[in-house]
Amino acid sequence: MSSVSKWGNLAQYDWSVMSPEFIILGVATLLSLLDLFMNKKADRRILAWIGFLGIIVAGYFVVRNTGQNVVSILNDMYRVDGFANAFKLLFLSGVAFVFLISLTYIDESKNIRYSGEYYYLILTALLGAMLMASSSDLITLFVGLELLSISSYILVGTRKQHIHSNESAFKYVISGGIASAITLYGMSFIYGLTGSTNLYVIAERLSSVFYDGFDFLVYFSFFLMFVGFAFKISVVPYHMWAPDVYQGAPTPIAAFLSVVSKAAGFAIVLRVFLISFGSLVSFDMETGQQGSVLVNTLSVYIAIVAAASMIIGNTLAMRQVNIKRMMAYSGIAQAGYLLVPFATLTVLMFEQTMFYLVAYLFANMGAFAIIMLVNRDQKTEDLKSFAGLYHRAPWMAIAMTFFLLSLAGLPITAGFFGKFYIFMSAIVHSSYWLAGIMLATSVVSYYYYFGVIRQMYMRPGKTEAPLKVPASIGLVVLIALVGTVAAGIMPDPVMQYIHHKFPLQQMFQPGGQ
Amino acid sequence: MANYFLIILTFSPLLGVLLLAFIPKSLPGTVKAIGILATLVPLVLTFMLYANFNLVAEGMQLSQQWNWIRIPIGEQAIPITFEVGVDGLSMPLLVLTTVISTMAAVAALSINKRWKEFYILFLIVEMGMLGVFSSTNLFQFFIFFEFTIIPLFFMMGIWGYMDRERAAMKFLLYNGVGSAIMLIVFVTLFILVGTLSMEEIRQLLTDPMSPRNVPNLPGYIPDSIRFGLFLALLIAFAIKIPVVPFHTWMLKAYQEAHPAVIMISSGVLIKIGGYALIRMNAAFFPEWMNQLSTLIAVLGVINILYGAVLALVQDELKQMLAYSSVSHMGIMLLGLAATNLQGFQGAVFQMVSHGLIAALMFYMVSLVHERTGTSNIRELGGLAKSMPMISGVLLTAMMASAGLPGMSGFISEFLSFVGLFGVKPVIAAVGALGLILTAAYLLRAILGTTFGPIQQKHESLSDAQAIEVVPMVVLLSLVILIGVYPAVLSEPLQTTLQNIVPRIGG
Repeated sequence: MSSVSKWGNLAQYDWSVMSPEFIILGVATLLSLLDLFMNKKADRRILAWIGFLGIIVAGYFVVRNTGQNVVSILNDMYRVDGFANAFKLLFLSGVAFVFLISLTYIDESKNIRYSGEYYYLILTALLGAMLMASSSDLITLFVGLELLSISSYILVGTRKQHIHSNESAFKYVISGGIASAITLYGMSFIYGLTGSTNLYVIAERLSSVFYDGFDFLVYFSFFLMFVGFAFKISVVPYHMWAPDVYQGAPTPIAAFLSVVSKAAGFAIVLRVFLISFGSLVSFDMETGQQGSVLVNTLSVYIAIVAAASMIIGNTLAMRQVNIKRMMAYSGIAQAGYLLVPFATLTVLMFEQTMFYLVAYLFANMGAFAIIMLVNRDQKTEDLKSFAGLYHRAPWMAIAMTFFLLSLAGLPITAGFFGKFYIFMSAIVHSSYWLAGIMLATSVVSYYYYFGVIRQMYMRPGKTEAPLKVPASIGLVVLIALVGTVAAGIMPDPVMQYIHHKFPLQQMFQPGGQ
Repeated sequence: MANYFLIILTFSPLLGVLLLAFIPKSLPGTVKAIGILATLVPLVLTFMLYANFNLVAEGMQLSQQWNWIRIPIGEQAIPITFEVGVDGLSMPLLVLTTVISTMAAVAALSINKRWKEFYILFLIVEMGMLGVFSSTNLFQFFIFFEFTIIPLFFMMGIWGYMDRERAAMKFLLYNGVGSAIMLIVFVTLFILVGTLSMEEIRQLLTDPMSPRNVPNLPGYIPDSIRFGLFLALLIAFAIKIPVVPFHTWMLKAYQEAHPAVIMISSGVLIKIGGYALIRMNAAFFPEWMNQLSTLIAVLGVINILYGAVLALVQDELKQMLAYSSVSHMGIMLLGLAATNLQGFQGAVFQMVSHGLIAALMFYMVSLVHERTGTSNIRELGGLAKSMPMISGVLLTAMMASAGLPGMSGFISEFLSFVGLFGVKPVIAAVGALGLILTAAYLLRAILGTTFGPIQQKHESLSDAQAIEVVPMVVLLSLVILIGVYPAVLSEPLQTTLQNIVPRIGG
């Protein structure tokens, strides 16, 4: 340290790695200011395009960061590694889709009066998600989590004149608040036991605490945190909010919650537990054998949660008549599948999770875009609104078919390979029961996914008039369709890209300066 | 060209899909013509395949492989290849596929709406079936298998009779369960053996020198796991065949789906089950095939008798045909359970023969249904007076199904039973009772429809038109050809089965 500036260590850090976050923060601030000074009656769509541009630029900076060595600043409160980059790209693409879908939604929906705040709140939520992916300190992780959550609470309630929207926002706030409290409670135990909020320091100290007779508290904190995070990824036991909230939320926000918010939940789950609990080793006094606690003990509970989510999500989805509620239950089941790699912890765990998330991103965003379009046209969210869609907009129906096939995990879609990879991990781990449940519930899911297909192709609709498809929706559907099918025929490039560009082992290199 | 022959064959139906995509819906005549002509391309290609088939070569012919997917494990990557090949077992089934497809495409002329979508889906199913029989990799087999299920769901659900949607959903869920179980087995094999190529799996699992077969070596696969895999595969394919009690999807489908759909489903798709039993169960786990042959034989007998007894009491001709299919698939199982050369030959003969006969019978019944508006025996009768051609062919088809000598049904049943009598005489004797029942229910059906007094409203009905005669002639002449000259089928089969059967040691 030759030259000490008046900012001390802060000036030493390589702040440029944070540029994606700075850009999103800057654009969100800019949008809020513009919104403030713009004419009340003025068209707010320009804000969406500025936001969209910001997302693209931020995406460019994330891509520039990929494939580099780990950079860590602020004592690991913020770090750039393969894990973070992968999730950030996912969030940014998800939000880009949401913006495109919103353009049509806001345009026509008289319910949303304050479209300016709608756009910049999505950006702050995105910022929270990016922080969650890029931090390995409990405090910043929690700040990111809350930033995402609080922004989403408001977003869910933006249809102010809509009774369902109010109800769902209220439910979301209450249950989200409880989940946050539980998370914090769990974190407090960890802090109490190890005296640190840094995940790497926690990892170092946790083993000795575990042997000193506090093993019960270690387990307890794990479960508390997991239950708290389960809220974000909407798995059992904290899934009940999802159907109500999706139903009440504006459709693009439901898409946001089902993809970006859920992926962010997975980011924090993997980051916290893999680092801090990954090296925790238990010692059996009688046999003298050592074993990883995460692999041997905790993974069983995660597998049970995964299985329960698949069963509950898929069976309850069959009974839904509201398409958004159905998608919510479908999302619960999908989160169950997504937990399988974490429960089995094979070498390809991260690749499997990421691939599935990518497949899920395409399928869900495409599906929600079409759902939005159809519901807006038919003025109802009933499944029947899809009746005769094939005759009204054949390409939309065909695209929707591929998205549903992808969600159901059938070839030739990305979802098939996603499920195949995940399924493989369960078999490698010899969790035949989990693999069995996964496939059995997948077959159950055919019933409701094909139920939508049945409406589209086999039932006569109220009208045969062609459905007009706005350009932005068409673009979303096209990109999602190309992604779904291309990764469904040639999954290798995606898998190799994830494998080589986002090495998971970077996550385990503490970078505290 | 020779290298890419099978790939071209498999994807040749897509040519028609592409053409159809550019034809406007408003020209149904052109759409139908192209739909039928498109099925001629794979038909001609399979005939070329048959003509150039090497009868004495062991193993796969025209095989070719490409790298497709790599599963990265650390710095290494385990490949999954896309590989094709054909041998004496798959070649006849490829021919069967294209023949039945063309005939079904002609039968589909009677559909009354959305022709373009129908033929597009139809050609995709044909591609799926060709892909299933030309795959020599389990993963690819699975994907093509799904390719037959999903389009067929649409075909059942959109075209057909009143309760077609339920039939389609039932078809989808049953087959979904079957393919799910299949996927479990395939992935488990992949993890245990490290490859999905059928030939490599067979070698690794059966070669006594392979580390998978030497106890105490790492990678050894114990018998219990093999048993589990065998059983799981058996259940998966039992749904497809279908074996009682998994047959209900087929009853519903026969009742509700359009005849062309049933011609493909019954003519080709359910044969995938039998084909896979030979290709996987018998080839990968010969010792369990041997040990569980009694179980398979018992399942076969149950199928034969259950199907035959219920066929005897059906008034609805379509249901009668569905139960008849169940019964005939039982005979195929008996042939497999014999685990000797005659038995296996009988089983493959039965697949081909039943494929042709079932398609023909269902087609004939559908022609009757189209004209009279019913397929219930009680409402029919005396049709020989007003439509002698249709009645005559229906009679001949039913005789073939009953196993009249000189037709393919006789050869296949004879071989299956001869095979089984050699090893399990008691079971074979019980099963043979089914043959008597078969004759009984078929005679009852034919008497009820074509003989006796004709109803007045049926008197003026027209007989078959020229285009409708084509499938009758083609299918019937193939049935008779195999019946009088079985070598057309047994010669190509010989070498392949001689390779598979001795390993079972039955």
